[in-house]
Amino acid sequence: MQLTSRSKRVSNKKLSLGERLYLPAIVGGLGITIKHFFKKKATIQYPEEQRPMSSVYRGLHVLKRDEVGRERCTACGLCAVACPAEAISMIAAERQPGEEHLYREEKYAAVYEINMLRCIFCGLCEEACPKSAIYLQSDKLAPSFFSRADVIYGKDRLVQSMETITSAKSLKSGLTTSDRYVDKVWKDGKY
Amino acid sequence: MVETNLPAPAGIEGPGFFATALDNVVGMARKNSLWPLPFATSCCGIEFMATMASHYDLARFGSERPSFSPRQADLLMVMGTIAKKMGPVLRQTYEQMAEPRWVLSVGACASSGGIFDTYSVLQGIDRVIPVDVYVPGCPPRPEQIIEGLLKIQQLAESESTRRRDSEEYKALLESYKIS
Repeated sequence: MQLTSRSKRVSNKKLSLGERLYLPAIVGGLGITIKHFFKKKATIQYPEEQRPMSSVYRGLHVLKRDEVGRERCTACGLCAVACPAEAISMIAAERQPGEEHLYREEKYAAVYEINMLRCIFCGLCEEACPKSAIYLQSDKLAPSFFSRADVIYGKDRLVQSMETITSAKSLKSGLTTSDRYVDKVWKDGKY
Repeated sequence: MVETNLPAPAGIEGPGFFATALDNVVGMARKNSLWPLPFATSCCGIEFMATMASHYDLARFGSERPSFSPRQADLLMVMGTIAKKMGPVLRQTYEQMAEPRWVLSVGACASSGGIFDTYSVLQGIDRVIPVDVYVPGCPPRPEQIIEGLLKIQQLAESESTRRRDSEEYKALLESYKIS
């Protein structure tokens, strides 16, 4: 009875002279080895040579600023709720008069912490954020740590640096009226 | 290609001789021949396989031989969720390793429990064994695993040969009740 269509009948026929010599088989095998010398090398010399990353890769987090450099985060806590690993925690604070150039809304995150070892880089915080404040960068990998003391990232390491903000002038057409007002107030220095 | 002409450690050089501290030579030798013991329990282990395979090729860093016996291993790479029942097994594996030994904790689960904040999962392997380097990610990319290994290499290179006899190190093991 045939149990499978892939079974092979074993033959007991005597080996021919060529097969008994084994030389053709050895030469054939060596040929495969030698062929690999001339093939493109598969290895990426990692620290020196970086592999291009996908544009949708979810790497290290960043807390974005808006076009004029104000923090977008309003500490609503939706990211912390969405986080399956419960890696995000924050403390909200009220914006004081005179801080309009620092924070976009009336409320901001005084403390914003992500535990990098808990985080699973799923991007649900990015999806949950109504203010487009948190993003997972596609070009930055989370570093490894020597100690548990370094793994909680606060605002000092999460907030986007001011240097990376595109100049307000080029983006002016895209700004809303209130944005323009704050922009003007900030530039005039009268707040 | 990998740099095989590593710079010599700091020392006194002259015609026909070179003198340096034993620590430096031992550190250099240890750094470039770390034998990892893969303790892979889940998906980070798959990523470790990618790290070991030809694209990333962990062997370039001297980890040519993954040691599947703890006795001959220098580096314990813990990859994946460690359930509480697995804890004693991991601990025994660590105890069986000969000094000097390093531990690399790869991925969110091994490092902190990750999303599995439940009754059955160990909340980070540093509850049972001391960890040298933590690699975040779920799972981390091979690049990140290699970076973790490079950090272990840094430790191996700069470590004094007498560190394992130090009171500090003994106290660390004592705090984990490992003798």
